[in-house]
Order: sequence, then structure tokens, then C-alpha cells
Amino acid sequence: MSESCKVSSERRGDVAILWTDGYINNQGGEEIAREAYAQLDAGARALVLNLEKTRIVNSIGISILIEVLEKVMDRKGALAFCGLTPTIDKTFRIMGLAQYAEIYPTQDEALRGVSSQPA
Amino acid sequence: MTIPVAPEMEIVATAQAAALGEYIAMPRDKIDEVKLALVEACINAFEHAECRDEQLHLKFRLGRDAKREWLEVEVLDKGKGFDSEKVEEPSIEKSFVGHRKRGWGLQIIKSLMDEVEITSGGGGTRILMRKYK
Repeated sequence: MSESCKVSSERRGDVAILWTDGYINNQGGEEIAREAYAQLDAGARALVLNLEKTRIVNSIGISILIEVLEKVMDRKGALAFCGLTPTIDKTFRIMGLAQYAEIYPTQDEALRGVSSQPA
Repeated sequence: MTIPVAPEMEIVATAQAAALGEYIAMPRDKIDEVKLALVEACINAFEHAECRDEQLHLKFRLGRDAKREWLEVEVLDKGKGFDSEKVEEPSIEKSFVGHRKRGWGLQIIKSLMDEVEITSGGGGTRILMRKYK
């Protein structure tokens, strides 16, 4: 049995969009981090994480997302989330992620949001 | 229901909670909150409890309080126990300055469930969580 998440990504200018599909636990979180760091190393300034195909992110997964956020902040970049279920949205707010990363309802809004942020 | 201490067994447990939530027509978002709280209770035990029997014992109950129906989940481990009063409250700022990015489980459980009761000692830990429909 494996519910672990699959991650794919695509570059649009200096923004990388990462899509997740499945349960984000330690393995899913590591998978996201690998993809995110590869995109940052390849020159992406901002990351948009689209979680519309994920219904559960556990606290281990979120702790890895915080590490990704730290790396993005170190590089003066931007990180945005979109497609969150109400429960994931609530959990991100409980943990304070929403203070440092924007949360948008849709991918288009997230892309507009990170594109308008200064480098 | 008893689950072994093993990777992703927490997801097996959430299927049971979801089925009971659906039975009482609990809204999907509330079911998701129960599922995440249950995941957190399970992984806390997996990581920290050092269960003597390598098992987690789960009980699911449905009930009605005044006019509201509820779903209750009990997670019991036979581990070393802990003092919930001494658990340091996490914050993202502490995560940034230090390297301790964990410790969010109890906070998430308390935020997502309507009632939470934690009893812990040398015989193990029992987390009782209730969500109203």
C-alpha cells in the first residue's frame, strides 16, 4: 500500500509550478523538496505549489515545506500555495505558514501573485 | 481496530474514520479534519511512544449530545507516555531560527477537533478526540 505523493513541475518564465498528487508525509515532503530545490538551482525565482490533488498533509510533510520556504526566503524568492482544501488551508494557518507564503484559491491567481512580487 | 506501528498505517485508520463520518453525513471538510487529527495522533505515537507491543489500539464511536451527532476516536498506545504540560508550544519562528521544525502534532489535533482529552503515564497514552457533525 502506498499513498505517497507524486510531484511534477513545469517552468513558466522565472516561476516554477509544482503539482502534487496524494498524501504528503515525510516521503511526499522530500519529493516536493527535491523538485523544488532542482527548480531553484535551475534559476526559478518563485515557486507555486498546487495541492489540488492532495487531501492530507501531515505535520512531518509541513515541516519539510517550511524548510523549502526557508530556502526560498534565503534566496529572496517567493513561495505561494494554491488549490488547498479547507483543512489544509486551516492547518497552514495554524502553523503560521500563511504569514510567510501567500495562499491563493487558484493557480492563475497564485501565478499573478508571485509574478507581481519584486525580485 | 489495531494497527501495527508501520509506515502509512495511519492512512488505514483514516479510512475507518471517514466511513463513520459519512454514515452520519458529516460534512467532508469536517471528516478531513478528523482524518488529519487521527493521522497526527498515530504518527506521534509511531515516532515517540516506543510502544511495547508495536501496535496502536483505536476505537471509533458515534453518538449524540443534545441535538448534535458526533464522531469520537480514541488512540491508545502502550508506550512510555509523556507529560503534555511539558510539551513546548511550537511556532514557525522557532522553526526558522532553530532546526526544530517538528512538534506540531498536538497543536494540530487540538485546533482541528472540538474536544480533546489526553491521559498519559507509564502504561501508555490515550488520546480521545471528538468532532461534532
